[in-house]
Amino acid sequence: MAFEGLAERLQGPMKKIKGKGKVSEDDVKEMMREVRLALLEADVNFKVVKQFVKDVRERAVGQEVMDSLTPGQQVIKVVNEELTQLMGGEQSKIATAQKPPTVVMMVGLQGAGKTTTTGKLALHLRKQHNRKPLMAAADVYRPAAINQLETLGKQLDMPVFSMGDQVSPVDIAKKSVEQAKEEHQDYVLIDTAGRLQVDEDLMTELDEIKAAVQPDEILLVVDAMTGQDAVNVAETFHERLGITGVVMTKLDGDTRGGAAISVKSVTGQPIKFAGTGEKTDALEPFHPERMASRILGMGDVLSLIEKAQTNVDEERAKELERKMKTNDLTFDDFLEQLSQVKDMGPIDELMQMMPGANKMKGMKNLQVDDKQIAHIEAIVRSMTKEERDHPSIMNASRKRRIAKGSGRNIQEVNRLLKQFEDMKKMMKQMSGMQKGKKKGGMKMPFM
Amino acid sequence: MSFFKKMKEKLSTQTDSVTDKFKDGLSKTRSSFVGAVNELVKDYRIVDEDFFEELEEILISADVGVNTVMELVDDLREEAKRRNIKDAENIRPLITEKLSELLVKSDEDTRLNLQPEGELTVVLFVGVNGVGKTTTIGKMAHQLQQEGKKVVLAAGDTFRAGAIEQLEAWGARVGVDVVKQQAGTDPAAVMYDAVQSAKSKKADVLLCDTAGRLQNKVNLMNELEKVKRVITREIPDAPHEVLLVLDATTGQNAMSQAKTFGEATKVTGIVLTKLDGTAKGGIVMAIRNELDLPVKYVGLGEGVDDLQEFIPEQYVNGLFSDVVDQKAEEEQRS
Repeated sequence: MAFEGLAERLQGPMKKIKGKGKVSEDDVKEMMREVRLALLEADVNFKVVKQFVKDVRERAVGQEVMDSLTPGQQVIKVVNEELTQLMGGEQSKIATAQKPPTVVMMVGLQGAGKTTTTGKLALHLRKQHNRKPLMAAADVYRPAAINQLETLGKQLDMPVFSMGDQVSPVDIAKKSVEQAKEEHQDYVLIDTAGRLQVDEDLMTELDEIKAAVQPDEILLVVDAMTGQDAVNVAETFHERLGITGVVMTKLDGDTRGGAAISVKSVTGQPIKFAGTGEKTDALEPFHPERMASRILGMGDVLSLIEKAQTNVDEERAKELERKMKTNDLTFDDFLEQLSQVKDMGPIDELMQMMPGANKMKGMKNLQVDDKQIAHIEAIVRSMTKEERDHPSIMNASRKRRIAKGSGRNIQEVNRLLKQFEDMKKMMKQMSGMQKGKKKGGMKMPFM
Repeated sequence: MSFFKKMKEKLSTQTDSVTDKFKDGLSKTRSSFVGAVNELVKDYRIVDEDFFEELEEILISADVGVNTVMELVDDLREEAKRRNIKDAENIRPLITEKLSELLVKSDEDTRLNLQPEGELTVVLFVGVNGVGKTTTIGKMAHQLQQEGKKVVLAAGDTFRAGAIEQLEAWGARVGVDVVKQQAGTDPAAVMYDAVQSAKSKKADVLLCDTAGRLQNKVNLMNELEKVKRVITREIPDAPHEVLLVLDATTGQNAMSQAKTFGEATKVTGIVLTKLDGTAKGGIVMAIRNELDLPVKYVGLGEGVDDLQEFIPEQYVNGLFSDVVDQKAEEEQRS
């Protein structure tokens, strides 16, 4: 299939050598061919792929076979490690200047999502770091770009510095920093206009802004869907400006995001944030090690846990976990879970983070929107206490009553009951997986 | 008639300014991609397996896409064998020919499907975030206006901050009316208004902007279907065009976009933007090879006039003008 993910593609060849006691050079070769194609299809730059494949092959065929691993596991381990390495090892944070304000310049191509990201970053700084950011509208070229930032500012209740579109962006940047100093704002986020890396005049303008405000951080905003050209973009912006970090946007799409690997490997600068949705709070710190394991199909377990921690009441979670394991989940739990999940973010996003979820039938294209959730809530609320606790007693007349009570039709009631059963099964599977994990340490789900 | 001669003839029917626009806009792709092929030919002299492997890499690095590249190179291998081509220099025209075949499909109409005089043509623009939908609409409005058409714009992106203002700025710049409602309104309602307004103003063309959306968001794709339905309810055969706007710097995800948007909204054509900025015009070939969708417009620069109707022959010529000229001459003589 054309759009299978890196994870799925890699799982094929890896499965093949899974049962083998020994991996021949041919096995490695065949696997590396798949790895190469998968990475290329994921838009990782071909030069980067070449080097990657070479490194892995050398290490895989080489000496480092440990006693505790089969050669098959060994190869996967190497692929995973190299990929993590390539993505930048550890997570890195946004800079803080010794003397405020910290000046952050946002740069990138047109349409990468700079303005949106500026708004998201401002919110992130306020919410997660308790900072007071000022956003500066220095995109004087695109019609209504300033307006866009001002609207975002209003939405977020965040100050925006602008001088209209008749002033040079260099002056706007300078004045915005001055104002931040006066008003004791501790971050200034300068939203610059999108530009092509080959546009000499506009690149010079960035040089000038940089010289004028001495930014502590220059973030290159890159669309995660970018193709092979990502390398040129990143290289040029980096050579020219010395970027200090990258923000990958639109990672909530179905792109495989190979650009992340390319950008990281040519600039050597860390990817600091990931844009994961349209809402203003959909900006997350980028975790390279997690992204690598997500690519390899191990799921983004850590992200999920972190997300859950900030939102879910811990005691309730424990209770739920017990119920998941013993498999006596009721519709009341379901309802409660639903409302907590709603606070966490889109369910499909959460599902993607779960290990093996993309391999579960029907899970891959799982989509839930907020209206659907409201409908589900209505259906569950129309059930009696007994029905919620013991869904097995459901019969045609009960279903009819529930449908009427909730204003939905019987098919929807049936579907929900079916989904609920499926979910219970899945929970059981997953709690099984977690147990396996405790025993085997870092074991991969497909092994 | 032979391939290159035919192409040359088609080119001669067009003005030099169009030919130059394509040549200029594709200069980056030409120098990196065609340059790489030329280097390769120089380096190898003799065609062997390594040659094809490197060619594969060059094509992939231009975003042509793994599947298309594999097919193309396999094809070349066979053809080279069949014609007994061993000299690398002689394979250059063959590469040009194969790539051209991908692009130039004779039976295809790449022009905008405009309705006869006196009837309203509705064009709906769809695409992911940041590809340049609003900008494309602004430029297209300008061109249609220049051709003497009465144009109305519909501000259907009620989601992104500043999107309505952006379209309004274009409307003011070009001098056309913009139908809008407040941010956050149901875009379908805006479309309804826009169709009514365009009808009563006796406009020729209504260009409808929509919010950018990632193709894997089902609810947003549903919203788009609804927008389209509302238009169709008002004018049964509308929208007459559904143009998917793609960013030329996008990699293989462009295919996913074309497929999903194609299914949800019956896309009739593609606008490929920012082609001048990328050295990788290859995605055009992947689209042409793997999907049954014509590319109708290409963005070859930031100027208002740089949005060009896509002419496959021009595209090929923009990339390989030297080969095209040379071969056409040879064919002429023989």
